Amino acid sequence: MIIELGHFALALALIVALVQSTMPLLGAARGNAAWMAMAEPAALTQFLLCALAFGALTHAYIVSDFSVIGVAENSHTVKPLLYKISGVWGNHEGSMVLWVLVLSLFGAAVAAFGNNLPPTLKARTLAIQAMIGVGFIAFVLFTSNPFTRLDPAPIEGNGLNPLLQDPGLAFHPPMLYLGYVGFSVAFSFAVAALLEGRVDSAWARWVRPWTLAAWTCLTLGIGLGSWWAYYELGWGGWWFWDPVENASFIPWLTGTALLHSAIVVERREALKSWTILLAIITFSLSLLGTFLVRSGILTSVHAFAADPERGVFVLILLSVAIGGSFTLYALRAPSMDGGGVFAPISREGGLLINNLLLTTAAATVLLGTLYPLIADALGLGKLSVGAPYFNAVFVPLMTPLIIVAGIGPLLAWKRADLSGALQRLKVAAGVSVIVLIATWVGNGGDLLSLAAGGGMALAAWLAALTISEWVLRVRGEYGLSWQRIINLPRSAYGMTFAHLGMAVLIVGVTGASAWKQERVESLRPGEHVDLMDYRFTFEGASQVQGPNYSAIEGRYSVTRDGQTIANLTPQKRNFSQPPQQTTEAAIHTTFVSDLYVVIGDADGTEGAFVTRIYYEPFVPFLWYGVLLMAFGGLVSLSDRRHRIGAARRAMATAPQAAE
Amino acid sequence: MSASTPQTKRWPFIIPLLVIAALVGIFGKRLSDVSKGADPHLLPTALLNTPFPEFDLVALPGREPGFVTSELKGEVSLVNVWGSWCVACLAEHPFLMTLKRENTVAIHGIAWRDAPEASLQWLEKHGDPYTRIGQDPRSVAAISLGVTGAPETFVVDQAGIIRYKQVGPITPEVWQTTLAPLIAQLKK
Repeated sequence: MIIELGHFALALALIVALVQSTMPLLGAARGNAAWMAMAEPAALTQFLLCALAFGALTHAYIVSDFSVIGVAENSHTVKPLLYKISGVWGNHEGSMVLWVLVLSLFGAAVAAFGNNLPPTLKARTLAIQAMIGVGFIAFVLFTSNPFTRLDPAPIEGNGLNPLLQDPGLAFHPPMLYLGYVGFSVAFSFAVAALLEGRVDSAWARWVRPWTLAAWTCLTLGIGLGSWWAYYELGWGGWWFWDPVENASFIPWLTGTALLHSAIVVERREALKSWTILLAIITFSLSLLGTFLVRSGILTSVHAFAADPERGVFVLILLSVAIGGSFTLYALRAPSMDGGGVFAPISREGGLLINNLLLTTAAATVLLGTLYPLIADALGLGKLSVGAPYFNAVFVPLMTPLIIVAGIGPLLAWKRADLSGALQRLKVAAGVSVIVLIATWVGNGGDLLSLAAGGGMALAAWLAALTISEWVLRVRGEYGLSWQRIINLPRSAYGMTFAHLGMAVLIVGVTGASAWKQERVESLRPGEHVDLMDYRFTFEGASQVQGPNYSAIEGRYSVTRDGQTIANLTPQKRNFSQPPQQTTEAAIHTTFVSDLYVVIGDADGTEGAFVTRIYYEPFVPFLWYGVLLMAFGGLVSLSDRRHRIGAARRAMATAPQAAE
Repeated sequence: MSASTPQTKRWPFIIPLLVIAALVGIFGKRLSDVSKGADPHLLPTALLNTPFPEFDLVALPGREPGFVTSELKGEVSLVNVWGSWCVACLAEHPFLMTLKRENTVAIHGIAWRDAPEASLQWLEKHGDPYTRIGQDPRSVAAISLGVTGAPETFVVDQAGIIRYKQVGPITPEVWQTTLAPLIAQLKK
């Protein structure tokens, strides 16, 4: 009964979305305020109905109602509650309901918090948001219905893929969707602005918080996914350039570009049509990601079951949404630009370079991901594009980006004078060179440590300039300085944290790539392996029982100079429903580096086990960096400028606020 | 970047539309191939009916011989790209051992992206079905072969020409329906 109610609610949501996508649009075109006003209640209702549908489905998973096909195929009575709930989005149908829920949530949020928007812009934005809703609710109802019943109902369900029974992955999809789908708001705003024929600094200010919110969630979502891959897949790797990872990373790159270009629109009324294009592209790439994962045209370890029919539906959705908005763009955008001439050395000049580099990076990742398909379609044959390609093209693009990220915030708008910042740049360059040489020489002076030194120097450059930019803004006499620290806009702090986060992330990427150590040994109880300064002793293995699995658990003690540092207990779990093995790596972190142990198969009869041991330097810095970046996003989001209507003039005398 | 002249050219604004139209076309073609029954996992190899690329891959330490393309000639053989890190390879492995016991066809291995010790340990533990094994730690061979993932197996005829590529594990079904008939035919 409850599940039918959920089904009905989703069908109603489709009707509401249809109304929401047409009436306000007509109202805005004809100046009919009543029709425009329908958008708000419709958006809220659509969200409530989607929430009802999602709640009904979740209820079925919690009570293990196996008369619902999706539950029978993906759930099991002995599964812990958390994984019963995460099982809702652990399969294609349920995850699409989550997608629709998040989409309507953002629509409702615009309706609820967009009080300062002009009525026509708000009506049009909500209508566009509803159009996306119509497409995806229809997709759920007609090709991926999660409410389908199964008769007779089985006694027990099939269980969730054990790899997915993990706290990291339980929260990864909702976070990722908040990011992916959150960019729909920027998209809707962009299309609405094209319909209005007007983009100005007010528009940029309205779009910015939504973009920030989506970006923050996507950052966390990608971070969670990477963290999961790191500790669950058991290879000690944290990024694989897998098509599905790329599908989330490409919108992150363009979303980051959008975040920066919107500042230029806000401050200088320039880059307008470019910013609109970025908003459309970012969400389009999110849709593309959905399409690639669902249609099965690219294969990946993460992919859901492929279904060409669904693929056709998403492809049609994709062409209508992207094709439609690009057509509108081609018609309307040319009349939009204006704005001043760019001085190459200025804040906006720096932001422009940022945009060029980020979009180029996004394009190269996209090309690498789609290359097998494109080559195949054009009959060019087949070439596998793997991590070597991505690393080879990505590093040269990121290096100048980081250099500019350090300099840009120090430059003034319009026409900056590099000599003002020169002193700081010299100091930062000096610090970077010292870091480079220290890292290079300190690690043996070979080519690898030179490369590692380069990475560390970049991080030092960015961190030094970011901190010095903050100091520049707040320095003064004691009392004055304190006041400035307090009064500095939150968006400025947001930038400081996010850029520092980037620097920390670079330390992580560099260290983890350059100095990872790995040993694979077959160990009998009592035998040990030495890696770096650590001694790993295998104490023995035993059978342990979990709630829905049994496992071999190895016991390893880690000592350094005879001092016990940690006892690690990696497991190899055998799930029965569905039958699958997972490895649970045991990780001891010193907060600078990780010691990572994986127990493999039994080897011979003397109680020996194949053991893989990794020394993972600076991997924790990856997570710190991601958290710091997301924290920067949140801080910037809390800036009061986003909550009040009128533009606040920046103090003319103080250095310009950076975002 | 920003327009400094009042008359903005219109044509650059159409580029995004053209790009997306091309992409939709490519995706559409691919989807229709997939729904017509083409296996989405099987990207056809451009190397079909061409000579196996020339390699001279180093043997695993203490386990000679290595893999030299020129020595493939004279008999029908399978070239199996594998790695000790690859779970699907382990799944496939017992069947390769069966083929080896029955002495049906020569099987050569390319140890892809693997540490030599790990490869050796794996072989020692699970058995070694291969005649020749070459190391390919840096994907040199794998890239020229267009390998998308492990395991992949190439069927090579007496003249050293690639006749088939199997993506994914060789299962008894695959063997019965595809590989065995093909090999029987090639051996004639």
